[in-house]
Amino acid sequence: MGDTPDGSANAGTGGPGVTTSHARVAGAALSVDVPGTPAHRAPNGAGGRGGDSGTGHGPGGGGALPRRRAFGADRVFQGLTMAAGTMVLVIIVAIAIFLIAKAVPALNANTANFFTFEGWFPNESSPRFGIGALAFGTLLTSILALLLAVPVALGIALYLSHYAPRRIGTALGFLIDLLAAVPSVVFGLWGRDFFYGPVRDLSVWLNKYFSWIPIFGGDGPFGKSILLGSLVLAIMVLPIITSLSREVFRQTPTANEEAALALGATKWEMIRTAVLPYGRPGVIGATMLGLGRALGETIALAMTLGIVSNISFNIIENGGNTVAANIANAFGEANDVGRGALIASGLVLFSITLIVNITARAIIYRRREFTESAA
Amino acid sequence: MSTLTTAPGAAAPGQRPQLRTRRLPTLAALGIAVAAVVLSAALVYGTGIGGTALVVALAVVLYLAGLYLASNVVEGRRQARNRTWSALIHSAFVLALLPLVSVTWTLVSKGAERLDGNFFQTSMNNIGARDPNGGAYHAIVGTLEQVGVATLITVPLGVLCAIYIVEYGRGRFAFTIRFFVDVMTGIPSIVAGLFVLAFWILIISPIFNNGRPGYSGFAASLALSVLMLPTIVRSTEEMLRLVPAPLREGSYALGIPKWKTILRIVLPTALPGIVTGVMLAVARAAGETAPVLLVAGGGAAINFNPFENNQSSLALYVYQQAGDASRYAPARAWAAALTLVALVLILTIAAKLLARRNRFGR
Repeated sequence: MGDTPDGSANAGTGGPGVTTSHARVAGAALSVDVPGTPAHRAPNGAGGRGGDSGTGHGPGGGGALPRRRAFGADRVFQGLTMAAGTMVLVIIVAIAIFLIAKAVPALNANTANFFTFEGWFPNESSPRFGIGALAFGTLLTSILALLLAVPVALGIALYLSHYAPRRIGTALGFLIDLLAAVPSVVFGLWGRDFFYGPVRDLSVWLNKYFSWIPIFGGDGPFGKSILLGSLVLAIMVLPIITSLSREVFRQTPTANEEAALALGATKWEMIRTAVLPYGRPGVIGATMLGLGRALGETIALAMTLGIVSNISFNIIENGGNTVAANIANAFGEANDVGRGALIASGLVLFSITLIVNITARAIIYRRREFTESAA
Repeated sequence: MSTLTTAPGAAAPGQRPQLRTRRLPTLAALGIAVAAVVLSAALVYGTGIGGTALVVALAVVLYLAGLYLASNVVEGRRQARNRTWSALIHSAFVLALLPLVSVTWTLVSKGAERLDGNFFQTSMNNIGARDPNGGAYHAIVGTLEQVGVATLITVPLGVLCAIYIVEYGRGRFAFTIRFFVDVMTGIPSIVAGLFVLAFWILIISPIFNNGRPGYSGFAASLALSVLMLPTIVRSTEEMLRLVPAPLREGSYALGIPKWKTILRIVLPTALPGIVTGVMLAVARAAGETAPVLLVAGGGAAINFNPFENNQSSLALYVYQQAGDASRYAPARAWAAALTLVALVLILTIAAKLLARRNRFGR
């Protein structure tokens, strides 16, 4: 995926360059050479819908193309593709517009401060809801998940790209990619029905011996906690970060690696001096993409968190809630204002993920330009 | 050259010439591992502070420390670091395999319980809390229809968009589109669901539905389309770029207009790759729960019409059964999860095999 654009981008852009000039030359030649041709071609062109009749007239070559028709069909097709391309921008703008349109009435009805209030009671007669605790929970679970996932993911990526035998590396990379395809609801179910047990035992153990650290304090019940949610989330973002980093590490110029080894570097020194610096922007971009995925994850967290809206740094007690999980959980009994409130929280989530994604993509794009100019 | 040959000779009178540095014997690593396990077991069980898991965790830490110290003494600091990092990287990999194995094992062992003919032939209509039967027929119908409609919407749109980016797009506008396609990949699925909720369910559908919001499978298809579009555009774009320029030029040389060249030459050449990308997008969409939860409405009965009334989907079915209080619900949830994973993985593996065969064929 990564190595195709730089080489073939030129091939792709080279094609259109040839055509535009070709179309213009063909048209010009036509108008100068045979003034009577358009009328003569008209029935032919009408039957064949466009300039393909030109192929039948071999000697005539490009000059035999009926100018306006060929140009017309091309114009239509180009307009069609351009409309499809514009749809992407339209959709993103429409998402923002419609979310705002539905969020504003609910925000006006809100009697508490939307950004600081910790509770979520939008269905009462005087609606009170705030994003505070939810945004906090979202950030806490995502950051914890990344702290857990990134070192492991980099380890796996290095293992797959530099340590494992090629054949095994390919097979295992395939396996990791499959892990990325498993739906989040399955991870949620697994976290709730199976992983809950070990994590509860771990939490009890941590509480017994480390309760003097505030994040492991509290007196239970334990289990459906930020810790469980973050661990499940970490497992879910792991394959994304792994596969992107592996691609980047694999692209390290062999010359750099061999130069490091030739200077007597050990394998780890080679990785530290040649592979990691080369891959750093890619790894940062991959981490940001993982963060984007973690921030938006819904169902797995709705099933594994304790769903308590408060700001607490305790990560092992039952509790925790995120913006997305709250939407999934509170949607069922939401009335009109409640739905608007959920849409407002979704708007916040959309803005955060948009910023994270744009930053990540900008980093990756800058790196791509850098490698292209270097190549 | 001369220094190389003379140096050992010069050292010869004093001691044995050393062409190789001293290495830690292979058995030493094994010895350290055994010692680490024994020591950690003795520590943990002796003080009674934990169980097997702690023994393993402590043994790994002790092994890493022991390896570093031993290697430091015998081989020097650089080799010691090398060995420790190598061990860490290998253990990261083993650590990642644990959840994979655990998820697979739980899925198969718990999912097989209810995976019978009845499960695939019945819906949840009139299934009470004390009824052990009930199946996912309606959910499977829902998933297939929603994903099918979403594919019908997205594939033409996505392919045309990719054609614009690769063949026609120039300058800042095309770059912007390409950039935002990438950004769109990261839109959370719940936001796509909320968008369709705000746009279709609450604003458009009341027009056809006597002023009441109409939840439907089609709304779910719209939400899934928003999620599938960037994936399809990206993969199609990659594939179109792989089509060799001489093919295009040959076609232009024959006087064939550009649009026909694209439709008859470029697209057929890239077709297998495009199909792969579509299959991957379909696999991802089939597993989405959050958007379907918001806009399809759920429902226990079989509904073949995606444009009217509530529909369920496999992923939504898993979520609903998982939240159900009936004691027969978890088994149904796991069976549906197994079905869903099988569907998604078959699609993914088929797509990857198709991609691989292509690459070698070319």
